Amino acid sequence: MEAFDYVAPRSLAEVYSHLGNGKRTLFLAGGTDVIVQLREGRRHCDQLIDLKHVPELMRHGFTSDGTLEIGAASPLAEIYEDAEVQRRLPGLVDAASLIGGIQIQSRASLGGNLCNASPAADSTPALMALGARLVIGSASGSREVAAEEFPAGPGQNSLRPGEILVQIKVPPQPAHSGAAYLRFIPRNEMDIAVASAGVRLVLSPDNSRIEDVRLALGAVGPTVILVNTNDLAGKAANAETFKLAGEMASAAARPIDDMRGGVAQRRRLVSVLTVRALNTALQRATEAR
Amino acid sequence: MTTVEKPVYSVIGTRPIRPDGVEKVTGKAQYGADVHLPGMIYGRILRSPHAHARIRSIDTSAAAKHPGVLAVVTHGDLPAADDRVEELGETAVNVRELSSNILASDKVLYRGHAVAAVAAASPHVAEEALAKIKVDYEVLPAVVDVRDAMREDAPLLNEARRTKSMGGQVSDRPSNIASHNQFKAGDVEAAFAEADVVVEREFTTKMVHQGYVEPQNATAAWNSDGTLTVYTSTQGAFAVRAQLSEILRHPLARIKVVPMEIGGGFGGKTVVYLDPVAAVLSKKTGRPVKLTMNRAEVFEGTGPTSGTYIKIKAAAKDGRLTAVKATLAYEAGAYPGSSVGAGAMTMLSPYDVENFEIDAYDVVVNKPKTAAYRAPGAPAAAFATESAVDELTKKLGIDPLDFRRNSASRMGTRMVNGIAFPRIGNEETLDAAINSPHYRSPIEGPNRGRGVASGYWFNAGMQSSVTAAVNSDGTINLIEGSTDIGGTRASLAMQLAETLSVPYETIRPTVADTDSVGHNDVTGGSRTTFASGLAVYEAGMDVRRQMCARAAKLWSVDPDDVVYEGGKLRCTKDSTRELTFSELAKQSARTGGPIVGKASLLARGAGGAFATHIVDVEVDPETGKTTILRYTAVQDVGTAIHPAYVEGQIQGGVVQGIGWALNEEYAYDESGRMLNSSFLDYRMPTTLDVPMIDTIVVEVPNPGHPYGVRGVGEVPIVPPLAAIANAIADATGHRFTDLPMSPRRVLEALEGLE
Amino acid sequence: MRRSQVQTRLNGNDIDFLCEPRQSLLEVLRDELGFTGSKEGCNNGNCGACTVIMNGRIVNSCCVLAVETEGAEIQTIEGVAHGEKLHPLQQAFLEEAALQCGICTPGFIMSAKALLEREPNADEARIRHWLAGNLCRCTGYDKIVKAVLSAEPQLQEAKQS
Repeated sequence: MEAFDYVAPRSLAEVYSHLGNGKRTLFLAGGTDVIVQLREGRRHCDQLIDLKHVPELMRHGFTSDGTLEIGAASPLAEIYEDAEVQRRLPGLVDAASLIGGIQIQSRASLGGNLCNASPAADSTPALMALGARLVIGSASGSREVAAEEFPAGPGQNSLRPGEILVQIKVPPQPAHSGAAYLRFIPRNEMDIAVASAGVRLVLSPDNSRIEDVRLALGAVGPTVILVNTNDLAGKAANAETFKLAGEMASAAARPIDDMRGGVAQRRRLVSVLTVRALNTALQRATEAR
Repeated sequence: MTTVEKPVYSVIGTRPIRPDGVEKVTGKAQYGADVHLPGMIYGRILRSPHAHARIRSIDTSAAAKHPGVLAVVTHGDLPAADDRVEELGETAVNVRELSSNILASDKVLYRGHAVAAVAAASPHVAEEALAKIKVDYEVLPAVVDVRDAMREDAPLLNEARRTKSMGGQVSDRPSNIASHNQFKAGDVEAAFAEADVVVEREFTTKMVHQGYVEPQNATAAWNSDGTLTVYTSTQGAFAVRAQLSEILRHPLARIKVVPMEIGGGFGGKTVVYLDPVAAVLSKKTGRPVKLTMNRAEVFEGTGPTSGTYIKIKAAAKDGRLTAVKATLAYEAGAYPGSSVGAGAMTMLSPYDVENFEIDAYDVVVNKPKTAAYRAPGAPAAAFATESAVDELTKKLGIDPLDFRRNSASRMGTRMVNGIAFPRIGNEETLDAAINSPHYRSPIEGPNRGRGVASGYWFNAGMQSSVTAAVNSDGTINLIEGSTDIGGTRASLAMQLAETLSVPYETIRPTVADTDSVGHNDVTGGSRTTFASGLAVYEAGMDVRRQMCARAAKLWSVDPDDVVYEGGKLRCTKDSTRELTFSELAKQSARTGGPIVGKASLLARGAGGAFATHIVDVEVDPETGKTTILRYTAVQDVGTAIHPAYVEGQIQGGVVQGIGWALNEEYAYDESGRMLNSSFLDYRMPTTLDVPMIDTIVVEVPNPGHPYGVRGVGEVPIVPPLAAIANAIADATGHRFTDLPMSPRRVLEALEGLE
Repeated sequence: MRRSQVQTRLNGNDIDFLCEPRQSLLEVLRDELGFTGSKEGCNNGNCGACTVIMNGRIVNSCCVLAVETEGAEIQTIEGVAHGEKLHPLQQAFLEEAALQCGICTPGFIMSAKALLEREPNADEARIRHWLAGNLCRCTGYDKIVKAVLSAEPQLQEAKQS
């Protein structure tokens, strides 16, 4: 591994003070990707900024309006082990609890997963489906973007120089809604998604009709794809509609053929995963909470 | 389950805790990478980025000047190697090719081929220096598939290579086909003509890796007196010593190889890679040098097992297998020496089949030189045979195990090499499978299916040496030289305890270095519990003889009048004369000095092992993913010395087979670059991918061993590939002939995609 | 290269060491501190052989920088037994023959220990889920899972006494 400097700032202001000094900079949250990338020579830096000593990056909690605010460097396990998160946002728990093995989840963060911007990142489709917003900070202030606006290409996020991802905000979920995230991997653990689907289904008060579907697909395009599902609104929440949603997913997918999966396989899988995730979401939406 | 009457044993068949166990569960056991010597420095290896290229030049000057670097070596630092073949491990090796595989000479033959090495104060500094080595390559076209490599217009790995055939024939033209052998008997064409059914299929398997969790490592100290000490992870310290001696042209007695605890091998750690490089770096720097591989280097730079192409035509008549014609082509990797011969020689062993014709081709390709992997060559060949047999039984509407039972080989049946089987347990294994709770239970539910398959492995004998030193308190130090990969210290100590009728706990076994025990061949071929066990038995009998003589001396009687029974010495002429083992041990100094039992032998009489496996699967028709629902492995083990470790060998072999069947493969791009050289993308089974593996241990004692031991470790990987393919065929109606049967391949086949 | 001084707590003892920022916790444990019980199988977080418990959670020590452990509480396999008194998991691994080559064993024991401290009655499915980040190539996992199950009552007994 190439040599680099390590800095562990205690505040956001201190983080920003280390930026713009001409050094190639990388950020360390859980390190489960960046340490490996540095070791394998896939990324290079002069300084590595450890974000885990900045309090606001490491905590999570619900605000009074029901928004879940998650510090970008908080470990996944702390989020999915939170009983309140489990109760209110099972669709987020789906994703957070299947990124890597338990060892990885002790360290890896949603922020890291988002910033790595892998098209196969598990948290991104789930967060998009939930309508999450991302708080981006810099020395000159902060801005917010929708989760779907963040990825810019394979391995590329839309942070500008001097910016870091500070917080993930998951808004309170609509009444009569349910969300789910599913991925397909060849094994049952230790794999990168071949295809994935995050959904949120909002039903009419009597559960008979679909009011809204948010559907995000992973590993079938250069970035996670948010599918236009306007045509599903007003339809019955049944197998026929879900099949249509699956077809919409297949049509929206723009997969590549690589060592992890083929084009036709991925198109087929996003359809299957969409249907299955919608079934889970429907169950969650109609369960008494 | 005892299948055949056997003696009542007191130690054999129990499940004691292994002698090295506490060290291993507390993290104290010393593996190769744990070695730390005073003044030790670290080496790293530069590897070829090309699958095939000529090396025009290597400029190491900038690397040598990098701060912290102590030495840089290339092939030129190894002595010139002779073009001759030596027995240097599990198989014969060409010394020049072995040397060129350690550090490439004029050409690199695969991506990952070692080219140069650096020693420095830290591994990070050594790695920095690697980036400063300039290699000028002339990139050549590469060939990575066995069938492509066999084509007349294929790029040649070695212009001088000619095809050698049985009987010493050599081809006129250069070729990547290193050898062609044929096994033949009867009249296959006549048998096909009169058969009830015939099946003809082509099968392919991909290169797969042993996947041991501990990467290769070696720490070498070239001492001031010209002796060399190497601490290493190996299945055979003497094989390492022999290879070092040949590569370095250094006398055997001046090389000491210290076998550290080994973190898995499965055949892959019978060949040296790092050891000679560490030795020359140490010689050059005067410091001990440690080299370890990272995981990508293990995948790209060590020997996996062959990718294969197999064509088979099989026929049945009157409910029996009557004829098989097969062509096997195995990838040897960069240098000749695949396991195709063993594949050819084992593929029909479960059957008494009169007519066969098997052609076996050993083919070089631009991939790492293959090494042994658990029953080398047999799983791919059994995949073809057992799939074809399954299809015959389906066409005939016969139960697949009944068909196998009707066609089963038994004592006296000739193998394809013409040698008749001694007492084997094939029929008993099949009967146990037929009567198993698993096979007698129905398989129900949609998308589910059941498959069965059989397999055979020879098991090996080879050379072993042990000494058993009796201490004055009656405890015993058992010094052996066989690497203990999975509990052989226990299985050997148990055999000594049985032989001497002493408690297992009184025996302390040690795996010694090459200076401290006579020659031992590698722990491979499932030989250690058998062959080193035979040596242990002989050493125990030697102790018994010596003790009888000592007792005779004490009692002033004829040694023939002393018997050794139940751990006691008794005078047959005088019932008042009796001494326990420890009482007599205490008197050893007074009766003639230390009592040390010895045995050095070339073990004959290895007993072959048969296995029949039953597996239930469920295939998700929407994703192509196969779930293993239930697995039962039935195997004749001869005698289970330590049943828990016997079960463990079977379970481990099965799970490796499941990985091979479903997901494991070396994936290459067209340029010969491996695409999945990590545990993330080379998909070995995790805890979540397998159920509990049920075992049924059949015991048909091997007549070639005093306790009936057969080898255990290898045959369990032979049936799973076909058993799972047969189960998937049962579940889906689709027969898969190409491995792995990954979700992608299954989905594409079931849905007619692409 | 400038080395940083790090103070941490290892197996209940306060220690300090010097390291380069690029050195992993695994590397420092093994090469600098002589704690070689944590093993390197892949060095990229895919095998679990280097699993240690850090601040109460299992982590792959190959994916932690040693400089990050300032002020941390780390437990390695060397800290699991007390002298000759083995932890019930260690005893169970021996009695159930849950290891063959043993290279993955320290990682499995650390993972299983963290599981049973949270969920003393974890069932087979839960154990398999929790241990899925630890690769074993020898055993097929059967006896490992059985060992963890068999350690559960012993562990609870040990706690009560």
